[in-house]
Amino acid sequence: MPFIANTDEQRREMLAAIGLSMDDLFAAIPPAARCQGLNLPKGLSEQAVRSRLADIAAKNHIDLTLFLGGGFYDHFIPAAVSALASRGEFYTAYTPYQPEVSQGTLQAIYEYQSMICRLTELDVANASLYDGGTAIYEAMMMAMNATDRSKVIVDDSVNPIYRVMLESYTRNLHIELVTSTNAGGHANRAEILAALDNRTAAVIVQNPNFFGCIEEFSDLAEAAHAVGALLIVSCYPISLGILKTPGAMGADIAVGEGQSLGLSMSFGGPYLGFMAAREKLVRKMPGRIVGETVDGQGRRGFVLTLQAREQHIKRERATSNICSNEALCALSATLYLSLLGKEGLRETAQLCADKASYAYQRLTAIPGVKPHFRAKWFFNEFVLDLPCEASEVIGRLIERGFAAGFPLSRYYEGMSNCMLVAVTEKRTKTEIGMLAEALEAVLCN
Amino acid sequence: MQLIFEKSVPGRRGIRVAEQDVPDSINLNAGLLRETPADLPELSELDVVRHFTALSRRNFSVDSHFYPLGSCTMKYNPKVAERIAGYPGFAHLHPLLPQLRLGGSLTQGALQVMYEMDLLLREITGMAGFTMQPMAGAHGELTGIMIMAAYHRARGNRKTTVLIPDSAHGTNPASAAIAGYTVKSVPSDASGGMDLAKLREMLTDEVAGLMLTCPNTLGLFNPHVSEICELIHSVDGVVYYDGANLNAIMGKTRPGDLGFDIVHLNLHKSFATPHGGGGPGAGPVGVAERLVEFLPVSVVVKREDGTYALEYDRPNSIGYIAPFYGNFAVVLRAYVYILMLGREGIERVAENAVLNANYVLAKLKDLYDVAVDLPCMHECVLSAETLAKDCGVRALDISKGLIDRGFHPPTVYFPLTVHEALMVEPTETESKETLDAFIAAMRELAELAHTNPEALHEAPVSTPVGRLNETKAARDLNIAYTPLCDCGNPLE
Repeated sequence: MPFIANTDEQRREMLAAIGLSMDDLFAAIPPAARCQGLNLPKGLSEQAVRSRLADIAAKNHIDLTLFLGGGFYDHFIPAAVSALASRGEFYTAYTPYQPEVSQGTLQAIYEYQSMICRLTELDVANASLYDGGTAIYEAMMMAMNATDRSKVIVDDSVNPIYRVMLESYTRNLHIELVTSTNAGGHANRAEILAALDNRTAAVIVQNPNFFGCIEEFSDLAEAAHAVGALLIVSCYPISLGILKTPGAMGADIAVGEGQSLGLSMSFGGPYLGFMAAREKLVRKMPGRIVGETVDGQGRRGFVLTLQAREQHIKRERATSNICSNEALCALSATLYLSLLGKEGLRETAQLCADKASYAYQRLTAIPGVKPHFRAKWFFNEFVLDLPCEASEVIGRLIERGFAAGFPLSRYYEGMSNCMLVAVTEKRTKTEIGMLAEALEAVLCN
Repeated sequence: MQLIFEKSVPGRRGIRVAEQDVPDSINLNAGLLRETPADLPELSELDVVRHFTALSRRNFSVDSHFYPLGSCTMKYNPKVAERIAGYPGFAHLHPLLPQLRLGGSLTQGALQVMYEMDLLLREITGMAGFTMQPMAGAHGELTGIMIMAAYHRARGNRKTTVLIPDSAHGTNPASAAIAGYTVKSVPSDASGGMDLAKLREMLTDEVAGLMLTCPNTLGLFNPHVSEICELIHSVDGVVYYDGANLNAIMGKTRPGDLGFDIVHLNLHKSFATPHGGGGPGAGPVGVAERLVEFLPVSVVVKREDGTYALEYDRPNSIGYIAPFYGNFAVVLRAYVYILMLGREGIERVAENAVLNANYVLAKLKDLYDVAVDLPCMHECVLSAETLAKDCGVRALDISKGLIDRGFHPPTVYFPLTVHEALMVEPTETESKETLDAFIAAMRELAELAHTNPEALHEAPVSTPVGRLNETKAARDLNIAYTPLCDCGNPLE
């Protein structure tokens, strides 16, 4: 039997030592509910399972050239990321409850928290959350807890995939969730300011926003703070290689999806939710936090800290129900950021912007293709107006080998001809040129 | 050990980024840019490799050490599952592809894995349908409670309270509370099970449901579990099965057959996906027939022509609890594991897990207190209460002594209902030889507690750092690196 060590002989010896039979050990299970053998297939050998899974994997089309983003991006991943993250000492360990034998994991998380603080220019960060969507939800709960208020304003330029999650999570709770409608591709200042009052816990916005437009939220931070509310900014960590940070804008909490930091797309997960905040909010933070300390001889070491916030101590009064974080994904992000370093991250972000700008010029030069928004500045994603239905065009480009973008009709009314195009540093000038030719050909037919 | 930031050398580079092959570099408006680059470390690739290799050596892990952390099911993680999760056909698959026109046809392999995993988990648990979306056990709990709430809303029930035994994991009350319910704790009786008389007293029309871990955190299977389910059903309540301990009963009984309505599974426990130093996990949720309509969107279905599709049109669904399909690559690993074990293997897992735990219990109960003197399931809860009283050696001291003997400690001080608890879960992947070595170490430590307790208070002595000052960590909070200037103050 695979993965089971004891031989029949050993099992007999052990049962004799216990003084019971195997049936005795399961005697507490009510006879009426005992299994008479599961209807499962026979076990497979490693050779058979690899061959079978290779066949299944081959049914997935990964040969498309990706201009598809929407918050989830095809970035380059250095080989050293997976080589180090796949060391058994990291991935077969668990939560560092015993710090003396978990310094590897603990120090890596501390370094991760430090890097997230430096990326966002905020004071404190936790050890990670599940993903970018649940990170927004946790930030929202944290803001309500910190302000003792229950109204939240979210602009519809925040990723709609995350906004539908917020709606699901808040359905059974007494939360007033107000959605403002973007104005020309930017968070709608007029609507947000009109809704903002002294019952508001937080304003949630995104940079670059879902349409790829670059935002500056200092005005919103000021307005939110004036009524005692918090500003939550969801951000794309690669963009922070060059863009103004949530901290510099006055945001109180920054969250985001860390997939772009060295994690494969893997059909949606596992990913990485990151969270950073102002120091005064640290005791309201969800999830694990690692802190530096010393041992009896004064040697530096790391431990899980501020655990009095957490579910295993506080139970129903905890700041969140979260237990597991995404430690291995946070490790990958730490590896990625260490390898790229200060200059590498800046160059990668600039390269994304440069290539997106080139793609924008090429694609908007096609007759009938126009930028949808007047907003001048975008990072690596932009919205095009096509002369016909975007979903139709995207379908036809798939036949030509391109995942050319995301049709916005799925989430936004009146945008059925709109396509969101993403460009990462992985896309070459040649690929961009080929996309432009294919789009032109498809539109002419 | 130095931090990676302290190894940084200005101007040093790790990897070279891709070529700038487009004609122009764009100058974004300065007001939108950060003033200085993020202060990340500047290192060569070899510096980074050495740093993290050195860090990895400061961990105990299943690959390197016996890791009997109770309640966490630290079984061996098959290497083949890692290999398969890295197949480009899975790893390079963009999650938004199915939302493109005819995009479902581009991801048939991934949809097949999720569809078949749903069927496999239904068979193992006796439930009617699963969602793969929850990204950890606690996330599964929250999803399950949201389904419970949706059910009561649909029935017009006014329910306010969720009952949870006092021996439960902390995630249970936390999940029920953040979903909007009042939590009431049901006490344990003398035998460590839920007090049935108290449960009857607490059973009112306000009870939305009960969350039960079975076997419970004492490693005991409650023989009255079906009766408990009936009691909760009598007030139209929903019974939630916390699958943390499914490893004990896989192939022996099924939560669905016992009367449970909602189940979450921890794929990183029972189904051998790596714990990753604290995640990622995966917490699929299965439900009984009458709750299937409330499962999150989307759901994978198989069409008549044999192809797979995502179904979004589910008006009674609780909605989206994850952006896509959950931690797909974790689900994939667990799928590989189930295929390799097959029908017989699943049952052998439970048998060997339970056998190993009882063997440890039988060999140690003369030197350690036991929470309840009954055969256990997949884990046994020992206690150092007498050692603490007689010798001043606590569960923590025993656990640190184990570290010096090359074993990861058991879970300590949990469940909260047992003083000086040492919760040992060997799992089925460990051999008798390993257990014998662990038992010998535990016996030696119990003896040492009498002869030289001071030695145990000083343990561990073989690790890179000794016992760490947790009070200082919380008081002088330092959770992100700030470089110091020569004067010892933080640099601005």
